[in-house]
Amino acid sequence: MNAAMAAPPLFCLLLVLLVPLAPAGLALLNAGLNRSRSAAQALLGSLCVMAVAAIAYSVVGWSLEGFAGGASHSILVGGVSWNWIATRALFLRDVRWTEPEACAATLQIFAVGLAAMIPWGSGAERWRLGSGCAATALLAAVLYPIFGHWVWGGGWLAQLGTTFHLGNGFADPGGAATIQVLGGFAALVVVWIVRARRGKFPETGPPAAIPAHHIVYVLFGCMTALVGWFALNAAGAILFAGADSAALAKTVVNTILCASGSLLAALIVTRMRFGKPDASLCANGWIAGLAASSAVAALVSPGAALFTGVVAGALLPLVIEFLEVRCRLDDPSGGIAVHGFAGLWGLLAGGLLRHTPQGQFVAQLVGVATLAGLVLPVTYVLYRLLNRIAPFRTHPEGERIGMDLHELGAGAYPEFVTHSDEFLPR
Amino acid sequence: MKLIGLGLLFSGWILAVLALVLLPLPRERAAFVVAALAVEGLGLGLAMRAHRAYAGDGQ
Repeated sequence: MNAAMAAPPLFCLLLVLLVPLAPAGLALLNAGLNRSRSAAQALLGSLCVMAVAAIAYSVVGWSLEGFAGGASHSILVGGVSWNWIATRALFLRDVRWTEPEACAATLQIFAVGLAAMIPWGSGAERWRLGSGCAATALLAAVLYPIFGHWVWGGGWLAQLGTTFHLGNGFADPGGAATIQVLGGFAALVVVWIVRARRGKFPETGPPAAIPAHHIVYVLFGCMTALVGWFALNAAGAILFAGADSAALAKTVVNTILCASGSLLAALIVTRMRFGKPDASLCANGWIAGLAASSAVAALVSPGAALFTGVVAGALLPLVIEFLEVRCRLDDPSGGIAVHGFAGLWGLLAGGLLRHTPQGQFVAQLVGVATLAGLVLPVTYVLYRLLNRIAPFRTHPEGERIGMDLHELGAGAYPEFVTHSDEFLPR
Repeated sequence: MKLIGLGLLFSGWILAVLALVLLPLPRERAAFVVAALAVEGLGLGLAMRAHRAYAGDGQ
């Protein structure tokens, strides 16, 4: 905290201004991994998700999340004070704009958009734009800020070190928990609710492969996201882990090592399983490495960061296959595995792979238990209620003709020849 | 079945928090938190099975 207060706000703000490249990369990935008839809706939806998240977070979210050391509310249970929510003013009215908390508020506005974009990608090709925006508002105004306060705002998870002597408390400098796993669990809930695309799971035989329509978007999105992740991990390290801004090079090196190890591991595994490397799974491996790096980049040695990435990338294709074939989850962007699973692994690796005070790994486990045991069920209940008011799943006709024509009235590629769809029954 | 799974997930979190409050010894506390995560794993597995049982294209 002291180091964070000493960090130069201008340098931190410049870092934060690069963070939107992460959601920009994810938006390209989400659009490219869909079929062409829903590409425009996917990209417009990504912009709308960013917009709704920014407004909802600015109006309500910041007041619930706040910044460490700010006004908050605690409850006394078992003789221990549990700091559970911030009590800041609505509409960002009490932000001290010349101090580091202004950088934190700005970072959060972009970060919450990144988190909300993860479920948007998983519900692609059958999730209505309107209900997607409503779900984003819920996530940005309630779910993200409250959990974010526990981790980044001086809440009870951050204080596990002082209240229960668990290391330095739950450590998540780059947002592996607050952004990646929270977004990944929201993606799981959305896939549970909207169910599969038509034709994905035939009554007999294996799930149908619905290939990405534009792998160039997907791979370029990976490169764009890398720059955003550099900034996200570096700014997070300054603001939430008290890192010295002069020592950020290690965070940046660890980020690229984690992503590189993950990409190459995914490439080797897909090469072994399918005979040739799978471009979309390799892209997912890259993003999984970045998601895992958010937990470890500011904390571990370069070797440990590389190991974290290799494990994430090696397991990712298997997890995606397990979720699709065994669990019958239709997740076009792979967000559940890429952000949820890899983020969880990163959080555990952050407790395992560094020299920490006693109890640090238990603190990480408590954070993981909170994500799975509280955030996931609450997200499910809220989204199910929202689904009754604003149904998530689009009309069957919308899915047949594509979300572009159905919701926007025009396709992303009007000059393309319309072709038949082998996935739909005739 | 999905609601039971989600209930187990929530129960696991309660167990993890109770372990912090009630158990002072680090080793007991760690074991209890791991057990809580196992309960959560069970709940997640149940919720996944429930989804699989009704998995279709939602139409």
